[in-house]
Amino acid sequence: MSTQWIAVITTSLLCYITKYIGHSIPESWLAHPRVQRITALIPIVLLSSLVAMQAFTIKTKFVLDHRLAGIAVAIVALKLKAPFPVVVIGAMATSAIVYRLKI
Amino acid sequence: MSVKRDSLSVGLAVGAAGTAFGAVAVADHFSVLQACVLSLVLFSGASQFSFVAVMSAGGSGLSAIITATFLGSRNGLYGVRMASLLKLKGWRKAVAAQITIDESTGVAIAQNNETDQRIAFWYTGFGVYVFWNLFTFLGAIGAKAIGDTSAWGLDVASPAIFCAVLAPRLKEKKMLFTCILAFVWALSITQVVPAGVPIITTVAIAAFVGWK
Repeated sequence: MSTQWIAVITTSLLCYITKYIGHSIPESWLAHPRVQRITALIPIVLLSSLVAMQAFTIKTKFVLDHRLAGIAVAIVALKLKAPFPVVVIGAMATSAIVYRLKI
Repeated sequence: MSVKRDSLSVGLAVGAAGTAFGAVAVADHFSVLQACVLSLVLFSGASQFSFVAVMSAGGSGLSAIITATFLGSRNGLYGVRMASLLKLKGWRKAVAAQITIDESTGVAIAQNNETDQRIAFWYTGFGVYVFWNLFTFLGAIGAKAIGDTSAWGLDVASPAIFCAVLAPRLKEKKMLFTCILAFVWALSITQVVPAGVPIITTVAIAAFVGWK
């Protein structure tokens, strides 16, 4: 079995187990304010750094290109409280247009 | 009944983003079957996109697994909340766990009474599950035909989706500050550490800011 398959199956099972554990532990275990604060921040730091990596790097090198335009449109759309599909399709269309114009 | 209708329309809207996941996964050198397994078994959008992103950026399988699992940890927190609402045992609990995600929890807690909350949880959860998997498959098949994915904006699909998931979480100044700090940190070290590390290490920022 390839490394890729092992990673796919391991991640899938770990994520399912995480959900199942959540349904199985008493609510009081996570009641500590420090645990609550940190767990609320974890998705924020991960998503933020993922945006940084996916939109502004190519193979770990910092790069500014057509993707910046797409992300800018997504942020403006979110500021204007646009619905989810508008945010995503708007970003994709903008990025694609800028990319094609440069070629 | 409008709770059911609302839940299913969330399911369709979010599920349609599965197209982007299927296409991105195939563009990043995963097979159609691997894309489908991720949607069927992992079933958590942000974790799936991050997993594929870290692996394709040249990160190790381990860093991709850690990033996706950390991101999926919020589903565990939703599970704690939903378990006290649903009070399930056995296979029903096992099924409910799989559909415990941002949307099913979000739509459920937005309802006014427990009956509607339960209906919203099941309808949104199953709605997203069915459509997300259907569209993953279509996106994965479609990506094979596309060729240059940048020309179709696919390279910003997942960061744009991440921005949309982030936005409602940044209401407080502290959240926004932490978000910017993680962003700057990741970009500052990306050229000197292996792929995946800039993302995983931001968990330390969350622990540091949330400590006191």
